[in-house]
Amino acid sequence: MVYVELKNVEKSFDDLEVLKGISLTVNEGEVVSIIGPSGSGKSTLLRLATLLEPWQKGELYYMGEPAVTMQNGYSVYEKPAQLKEIKKDFGLVFQNFNLFPHKTVLQNVSEAPIHVQKREKDVVRKEAMELLDKMGLSDKADYYPSQLSGGQQQRVAIARALALNPKVLYFDEPTSALDPELTGEVLKVIKALAEQKMTMVIVTHEMEFARNISDRIIFMDKGVVAASGTPEEVFNSDNTRMKEFLGKLSHA
Amino acid sequence: MSFPVMLSELSEGMLKSVGIFVLTLIFSLPLGLVVAFGRMSKNKIVSGIIGFLISILRGTPLMLQLLVVYFFPYYLFGWSIGGWRFPAIIVGFSINYAAYFAEIYRSGIEAIPKGQHEAAQILGYTKVQTFFRIILPQVIKIILPAITNEIITLVKDTSLAFSLSYMEMFTIAKQIAAANTTFMPFVVSAVFYYVFNFVVAFVMRRMEKRMAYY
Ligand SMILES: Nc1ncnc2c1ncn2[C@@H]1O[C@H](COP(=O)(O)OP(=O)(O)OP(=O)(O)O)[C@@H](O)[C@H]1O
Ligand SMILES: [Mg+2]
Repeated sequence: MVYVELKNVEKSFDDLEVLKGISLTVNEGEVVSIIGPSGSGKSTLLRLATLLEPWQKGELYYMGEPAVTMQNGYSVYEKPAQLKEIKKDFGLVFQNFNLFPHKTVLQNVSEAPIHVQKREKDVVRKEAMELLDKMGLSDKADYYPSQLSGGQQQRVAIARALALNPKVLYFDEPTSALDPELTGEVLKVIKALAEQKMTMVIVTHEMEFARNISDRIIFMDKGVVAASGTPEEVFNSDNTRMKEFLGKLSHA
Repeated sequence: MSFPVMLSELSEGMLKSVGIFVLTLIFSLPLGLVVAFGRMSKNKIVSGIIGFLISILRGTPLMLQLLVVYFFPYYLFGWSIGGWRFPAIIVGFSINYAAYFAEIYRSGIEAIPKGQHEAAQILGYTKVQTFFRIILPQVIKIILPAITNEIITLVKDTSLAFSLSYMEMFTIAKQIAAANTTFMPFVVSAVFYYVFNFVVAFVMRRMEKRMAYY
């Protein structure tokens, strides 16, 4: 089943054309990594897919249901009630975590299920503890985010997103704000999710990681998809921009 | 006039000062939040008008504002203003302090990173839930020191009610001093204000400590 479908997405900030007609489909259980140079529009694409950024042109579907469609050449949103339903389908893990600093780890994970989904407190807390356990954080439930390392905070953020049982989970450079030694622990968690067939779209600069866990890799450059396919296809492609990009990375 | 009599009269005045203080806070703290929202409105006309009103309230003497609030029903509509004295004081103080609090709220709300709103939005919080569950608790922690400053100023400002001849502590002190040619009531009222502020500062420090949990 197709979980996410973006069609011909175009987006400009004032005169700056950031996305120039991008299409992307994500199937159930698939792990798609988006790579590309800084400023190529990767974050903007995720922010459109998660409805954080206003749409200009293009269409968006989750589970075959429309969220944004084109009418007379411009994007039009579905009714708020429909959008509210669709927003339940995805979660997003931010580069800088965006945990709630005034809530404990357990509260960060359990409050949205309690207050948004209106689920039973005791059940939610029990599930949240199980999630934290999986993240290796069961002893940190009563800590505040500021008392945790970046890697621990990012794992809390992942648990917070998972607690709502999204069908698709987006990551925007989940390890870019972390020291190299903390990167591994977060990547391990994401890898475990991939093994459980969680549908994920991951923007990352971790090439080895992307190569390892992805079913498909999208190479974005200057607002278009410059190359896409299996990790082998993309990493061995003849695309000059892709070669340049990989070359720069290995020299950096 | 004996010292105990003076003390008891001043105490009565003190209670009235406390009354102004408490009522002003009760009205101006929530009103300030509403004004802050107006100030931050996306509608340029609304935010412009509110910004202009705030600048007037902060840029003219509170005493003048009290006189305007007290006398305008009479001069504008010819209404009798008997019984309007105390309400006028509370209205004047509340509006003036709301203007100051609004700017404090605004600075606090704008200090919260955009990512907090976005995280809440992704988790499905409504705008109202986001504000009251995520944003406001963090804002309160940030602005508490600035609020404390205003509240301490308010304690002293209650004496401005003398301009409408309201029998709060300072008005009484002046009367006793004039009638008895003594400086004593001023000394006593200074002590009263100081103790009042000491208590206020203590309470606010306790609150700041309670907010320091994260
Ligand atoms: N809100 C905004 N207003 C104006 N310009 C923006 C805005 N957001 C992004 N841009 C611009 O759009 C372009 C693409 O930004 P985007 O963040 O999507 O790139 P990216 O591929 O995620 O880069 P990075 O790898 O550095 O995160 C950049 O030139 C950026 O400056
Ligand atoms: Mg980015």
